[in-house]
Amino acid sequence: MIELKGRKIYKGFAKGKALVSSEPISFYGGVDPETGIVKEENHPLEGKKITDKILVFPKGKGSTVGSYILYWMASIGTAPAAIINQETETIVAVGAIIGEIPCVDKIDISKIKNGDILEVDASNGAVRIYNE
Amino acid sequence: MELTVEEKEMLEGKQGRAVQKAMEILVTLGEIYNANKMVKVRSVQISGVSYANLGSPGLDFLRKLSEDGKVRVLTTLNPAGMDLEEWEKLGIPKDFAEKQLEVIDAFKAMGIITTATCTPYLVGNVPHYGDHVAWAESSAVAFANSVIGARTNREGGPSALAAALTGRTPMYGLHLEENRVPEVTVNFEGKLRNIFEFGVLGKAIAEKTKGKIVYIRGIEKASVDELKSFGASLATYAGIGIYHMENITPEAIKYEPPKNNLYLSQDDINSQLDSLRDENVEEIDFVTIGCPHASLEEIIKIADMLQGKKVTKEFWITTSRPIKTIADKVGLTKIIEEAGAKIAADTCCVVAPIKGRFKAMATNSAKACYYAKARNNFKVRIMSFEETVMEALK
Repeated sequence: MIELKGRKIYKGFAKGKALVSSEPISFYGGVDPETGIVKEENHPLEGKKITDKILVFPKGKGSTVGSYILYWMASIGTAPAAIINQETETIVAVGAIIGEIPCVDKIDISKIKNGDILEVDASNGAVRIYNE
Repeated sequence: MELTVEEKEMLEGKQGRAVQKAMEILVTLGEIYNANKMVKVRSVQISGVSYANLGSPGLDFLRKLSEDGKVRVLTTLNPAGMDLEEWEKLGIPKDFAEKQLEVIDAFKAMGIITTATCTPYLVGNVPHYGDHVAWAESSAVAFANSVIGARTNREGGPSALAAALTGRTPMYGLHLEENRVPEVTVNFEGKLRNIFEFGVLGKAIAEKTKGKIVYIRGIEKASVDELKSFGASLATYAGIGIYHMENITPEAIKYEPPKNNLYLSQDDINSQLDSLRDENVEEIDFVTIGCPHASLEEIIKIADMLQGKKVTKEFWITTSRPIKTIADKVGLTKIIEEAGAKIAADTCCVVAPIKGRFKAMATNSAKACYYAKARNNFKVRIMSFEETVMEALK
């Protein structure tokens, strides 16, 4: 087990499989809130479902309406189980708070690989990686 | 981040759930951007009002906050997706209208003044020099910071609402003197002949300075309408919230022009005009003035030009409810409507659900051109105020 220490953006605890994007994500326009599938063309996660995953990406981008999209997904059960960022910005921070999605930033996300089993202890700003 | 006793109570939920959620947002943003405290705000302007942008989750969120949330300072709204009284006149579908009115009701329940306009500074939400405010709406942010000398960051919908519910915003960014300093001097060597060219200049500067704070020299005089148009365009194309204009904006006098110089001429204006005039526009079927919302002076001018004439195209003049009310009272609305044009209050061509309804738009606004292309796939032709009115009559 490896533990990475970061900063709490929104509290909570989650365990699940990592889905890692090397590119920023725009939730408004870039993700279908009904299905949880990334639809931005040529995005590294295009076609991937983010629901219940530990979603790992550098930061958010695009319209501030994206915060409401995260809230929407959380309210219908299509949101990620937790969010890990290099640097969280306003859109994702506000989305995580209003959608009550555990969120941690200031994590070296290059240490996390797709499919890693992660434990996100957001209240303590900690991410634990369990590889076999 | 250092919080007062009252702010801590807010964060702990002692002042209700809506206030707690609001404080969580503000404290988190404060920590992300290294604020060391909160600052009290004089007023708030909220974006994210059109149902076209909020959708049912946004409405749901607002309803929950309105259960126990009340604003603590003067708070106004951005344009909605329709005229809140005469939406049928604009051809807005009934199901959209019902949802839009529910959004407005949720805001009203929180004590928000539901004047839906991007020009709050023309209708009663007017900060003074040095006031801290929390405003969303990029063009109003540019106006407040630059023309008035008030201080606000570029807020989004939820962060502005959070400021309204607590009366506070985290002290970072443009609230601090050191982040308002110009970085590049723009020397304009041409002559602006018309209001709309201020908007075009805004786009030209935006593209050359890429988000830097500019100190502009070479503009002799500028009216409120001209600065409204300029700031809207600069904010849309550069994403910045403040500029300084020598001898025109109040904080310019504090600074020496930055040593990093950029020169713009009439040629730059002309090439920008080309970029805002699409080729192969066969027929303009939509004409609009009022982005940002038309002032009383602009409405008087339009009424003068339309008196006794008939328009041949769909022509929207978008403005705020208070300005429309004055136009109603003094007979301007009657003149405009008898000519077949429409004064639409509370909304604008950027946020109304009009995708697919029109093919090509004529306007005097560089900002409207951007959104007409990006959101609605319209072809655009920018022209002067007078030419735009003439286009509707042609």
